[in-house]
Amino acid sequence: MTATTNYEVPPESNPAGSLPGAPRSKRARVGGTQFLFLRNAKALSGLVILGLFTLIAIIGPWIAPYDPDAFSPDIVQPPSWAHLMGTTHLGQDVFSQVLVGTRYVMVVGFISGIVATILAVIVGVTAGYLGGFSDEVLSLTSNIFLVIPALPLIIIIAGQIDDAGMLIIAAVISLTAWAWGARVLRAQTMSHRRRDYVEAARANGESTPRIILAEILPNLTAIIASSFVGTVTFAVLTQVTLAFIGVTSINDWSWGTILYWAQSNQALIRGAWWWFVPAGLAIAALGVALALVNFGIDEFVNPRLRSTGKYAKALRKRGVRARVGFTPVDLGTKSERHAREQAAEATAASAVIIKEDSK
Amino acid sequence: MRFFIRRGIFYVITAWAAVTINFFLPRMMPGDPITSLLVKYQGQISPDAIQSLRVLFGLDTQDSLWTQYIDYWGQLFRGDLGISFTFFPVPVNQVLSSSLPWTLGLVGIATILSVLIGTAVGMIIGWRRGTKADAVLPVATFFSAVPYFWFGLIAILLFAVTWKIFPAAKGYQPGLIPGWNWEFISSVMYHGTLPALTIVISSVAGWILGMRNMMVTVGSEDYVTVAQAKGLKERTVMVGYAARNAVLPQVSSFALALGFIVGGTLVMEMVFSYPGIGYVLFQAIGAKDYPLMQGSFLVITLSILVMNMLADVVYAFLDPRTRQEG
Repeated sequence: MTATTNYEVPPESNPAGSLPGAPRSKRARVGGTQFLFLRNAKALSGLVILGLFTLIAIIGPWIAPYDPDAFSPDIVQPPSWAHLMGTTHLGQDVFSQVLVGTRYVMVVGFISGIVATILAVIVGVTAGYLGGFSDEVLSLTSNIFLVIPALPLIIIIAGQIDDAGMLIIAAVISLTAWAWGARVLRAQTMSHRRRDYVEAARANGESTPRIILAEILPNLTAIIASSFVGTVTFAVLTQVTLAFIGVTSINDWSWGTILYWAQSNQALIRGAWWWFVPAGLAIAALGVALALVNFGIDEFVNPRLRSTGKYAKALRKRGVRARVGFTPVDLGTKSERHAREQAAEATAASAVIIKEDSK
Repeated sequence: MRFFIRRGIFYVITAWAAVTINFFLPRMMPGDPITSLLVKYQGQISPDAIQSLRVLFGLDTQDSLWTQYIDYWGQLFRGDLGISFTFFPVPVNQVLSSSLPWTLGLVGIATILSVLIGTAVGMIIGWRRGTKADAVLPVATFFSAVPYFWFGLIAILLFAVTWKIFPAAKGYQPGLIPGWNWEFISSVMYHGTLPALTIVISSVAGWILGMRNMMVTVGSEDYVTVAQAKGLKERTVMVGYAARNAVLPQVSSFALALGFIVGGTLVMEMVFSYPGIGYVLFQAIGAKDYPLMQGSFLVITLSILVMNMLADVVYAFLDPRTRQEG
């Protein structure tokens, strides 16, 4: 995981998007809170791309025009109608390799994501809720895993297993990838632990597992989802890297394997860009889709990020340039124009306006 | 001071954990990679070297696990990491100590550049949100979604194969003797430009996005509004009030991202055949040279711990709250 997504959510903003305990506003219920997330353009486009890749992962081997292993006399051919993404040094069809290789990448990505997220929830929420000594031990463990560099560790584990298959790689990746999510979840759980609704549940005599599972966890949904998406991104990048450097089995097709063969057969010197560009773009497309979903979650959680660009634009049309204090909270009303004007007026009253004299 | 003591204890425990993982891994794995290597090199290895490999890889099974563990630590403190099979018969610690400076130089310069540029750009984009500067965001997202090494491949194709501006591989001109003379240093700089630039380009996006989001959050804090209301200069508010506070999470996420950055750099070295630890590790993987792999892991982990400590010092310097405690 990189520093790309910012998990440090301000404590006052609420993960689930609605105040726990407080009655939801009528408007939100009419608009359908459960689909609010999908109204976010970034999240929606990210999910569509993800769906497309999932589809390819399922049907890839059937729609591939050639057998990815089959040799042909067309050696190192640039893209043509017969071979959409050109051919390799043995005349194999790169397009078919990319299609078939999708399954490996998606399966490893999602299995690692699921396993690591479950680990993160168990460790993070337990540590955050219980506090005290068990918290010290659990957060120490996750901090150690955060500091130890994941890639070299995965390399020395996977390197000692001969022909490490899909599931082993997924297991090794999730073993090293849970710590980040655990850390974020611990912080969030700690901020929830003393809130009124949890105290009320405790006063009602609810058992600790029930408080954690039924009261706190639903409020952590967004954080868990965001940590899951982040882990999948990390797993995809790691898997591709492992395959590229030849740690995993080189006989299973994945995007990384394509890059491995391209690199080891001098695709660069031959100028055979079609050999490694498609696989890289596929990785990028998948990564961007995951990042978009995560932005959607971030904006869902932190309305300031959601509304900041929109209102700045609206203000600029009125000759006002947004600098500070111009991030009203957008609740997702249907009539955007109305909301924009209202917000502009509200902020104009409360914050400093810098009139632009130049424009 | 309490902050440093706490962190110091944490690093000691982490270093212990890394060594212990390194001790148990070969003992837990099915199969025995070392024996086959020993058979292959029979007669060429000195008995001392064989003994040290037995301790490192758990072939001394007649001893109790505890004795093995003690022996293992003793051997590490003597700096004995076994013998490398890829660079036979050079000991692992020699291979690593000659490649570590290359990696540290490359990672150090590239990361510092990347953090400085990314933070500055993120600061401006976050401050001028809603303007054309926001167009950087989708580009940055794309760049942060691609593995480092793929950029390396593209960079080599464009700048070393298509237009022959930079060399495609190696850390310096073959034939030159390493030394502190201008010819060698200029060759190192010339060969290092492309890998360093590629690392900067592929890692800068993360810093831009992180800083931008923090600027948006900090920008609506009351003290920033007050600073504006006082009529302070735009620049003063942006740099001295907003960015100053937004940069703190950047430093802490720097420490956390280090492992990822170093991992990416290792692969970058493999692509560029750069003579650092990453390339050594790559050769070790290819040759199934387990002593070298284990040794690289230890050295990389310990270097990252040291870099983390430096990040802590910087953090304490930037954030007076950490110094006030105790």
